[in-house]
Amino acid sequence: MSAFAYPHYPFIRPTEMSGGRQRRPVVIAGGGPVGLTAALELAAYGVPALVLEDGDTLSEGSRALCWSKRSLEILDRYGVAGRIQAKGFTWNTGRVFLGDRQLYQFALQPQGDHKHPAFVNLQQYYAELFLVEAVERQPLIELRWQSKVSGVSARNDGVRIEVETPEGDYSIDADYLVAADGARSAVRRSLGLDFAGRVFEDHFLIADVKVNADLPTSDRRFWFHPAFHNGDTALCHKQGDDMWRVDFQLGWDIDVESEKQPEKALPRIRAMLGDHPMEVGWISIYTFQARRLAHMRHDRVLFAGDAAHQVSPFGARGGNSGIQDAENLAWKLAYVIQGAAPERLLDSYDAERGYAADENIRITTRTTNFITPKTPAARAFRDAVLELAADLPFARALVNSGRLSTPTVHANSPLSSDFGGFAGGVPTGAPCPNLPLSSAGSSTRYLLDDLGGSFQWLYFAPPGGGIPETARQALAQADGVKSDTIVLSTADPTLAAAFDATADTCYLLRPDQHVAARWRRFDPAQAGLALNRALARH
Amino acid sequence: MALRTDLNLSDPDGLYEALVSLHEGLSEAESAKLNAKLVLLLANHIGDEAVLREAMQLARKAVAGDR
Repeated sequence: MSAFAYPHYPFIRPTEMSGGRQRRPVVIAGGGPVGLTAALELAAYGVPALVLEDGDTLSEGSRALCWSKRSLEILDRYGVAGRIQAKGFTWNTGRVFLGDRQLYQFALQPQGDHKHPAFVNLQQYYAELFLVEAVERQPLIELRWQSKVSGVSARNDGVRIEVETPEGDYSIDADYLVAADGARSAVRRSLGLDFAGRVFEDHFLIADVKVNADLPTSDRRFWFHPAFHNGDTALCHKQGDDMWRVDFQLGWDIDVESEKQPEKALPRIRAMLGDHPMEVGWISIYTFQARRLAHMRHDRVLFAGDAAHQVSPFGARGGNSGIQDAENLAWKLAYVIQGAAPERLLDSYDAERGYAADENIRITTRTTNFITPKTPAARAFRDAVLELAADLPFARALVNSGRLSTPTVHANSPLSSDFGGFAGGVPTGAPCPNLPLSSAGSSTRYLLDDLGGSFQWLYFAPPGGGIPETARQALAQADGVKSDTIVLSTADPTLAAAFDATADTCYLLRPDQHVAARWRRFDPAQAGLALNRALARH
Repeated sequence: MALRTDLNLSDPDGLYEALVSLHEGLSEAESAKLNAKLVLLLANHIGDEAVLREAMQLARKAVAGDR
């Protein structure tokens, strides 16, 4: 049915099934985008990772299809972002309709000089395929297919993990377990953790279809009260291989089994896309919930992605926030395992990514309440906004068809030091923007190409100037942790404006490229303090 | 208190009449939508969030008490 040939990954008997025992620093449950990103990040810090994946192939259907700029920046470290971009469909423009009338269109990324676009659409199975291939090139990662985590228990300052395979069971001990095993997380259930939340009483039909025709536009289209469908909303995205992803709101009281059948779904899809030759790749019906674990760290078990939190899909905040979880967690685990930071650094993972989960739940719940009004008053306001939006720009800002994923700024992070003095720039807790470096040669180099993997000082020198000796010494000897200094020039107007920088401005970036501290005028006496705080050393 | 609750209208009777007559001939659902549009237009014009939230709380309390 599908144009995509799903690979079959065989089960390979591991050494543990022939009596071998080897304690692992990190085991990752789940070989989806979040687990594989965590493994690649850990390996980049030199930490070996063992990934246990229940299935024998890649994601069924397109699922997490919109890869955000921040996800691409992270995946760029493994050559995966370029492959996603080459295979996928890049978009920056969205159109919103009421009935068959376009209300307005929006551009997602006015700052066009960033390395990556706002979004690339690509079926999850392709992203996973590229991640698996990157993992296979990384000798520090072992990926075991058809290996299901069936039980987890605390043991000897570590975790014992029970694994079920087609050829029998075995157990394995690890210092840390990363639970990236999805919405139905076996690790979460095994620990008996409460995962209550809010169920939205609505069904959505979702499908991948290959269309052999030129459609009028490739932009993301979102319809309220679509003329072609007797539901509240519909959504259409282009993705790789000339596949289109379509989404129809069906309501709560429907017959799920019959709606899934192609003979029922295809007429709906043709009404949206036109009567073209088409091939169905995947059809599903979904409902969604907004919920999260109260804590993302449970001693030596760390939850990431859908295993820790779930949101409505409008806004592409599921997969993208999971990838950011993996990135946030990996450097902290690596520094703790390698003895460069105390174990309580891991508490900041819960603080920062729990804050991100709350933000994503808040934002997507607002979208859901707009898309599915719960009361007659809510419906009156919703329809009033839509009708005003056609003519009045202020009302367009109130139309909420999904607030697309942007990286969470970890405000009030316990790892951040705020010394004030800035009127703009990149706030503490935010990721460093990926701007082009003006000193680049023939091919453009971007700031993030040179960053990451260790703490970094970004020091702004005046035109023709360098870094003063006192500052250099303070940065070089900051408390025995490896850090690198990159000297930027205030003569570059784009960089100076983006960082609100003048001569002697300095930023401290964490290994995940987020800002830990910044000084409008650098104070060498505070460098060690900021670095220690960013490592939870006090 | 940022919200003005003293009289700020030059022709209170005229404005009241205009508000009520706006709804003439409308169904209940249409009236609800008209009111919603009016609230949205005025909210955007006022812009000051503190004023708006105070007005919202005052109106809610006047209808529902502390419920």
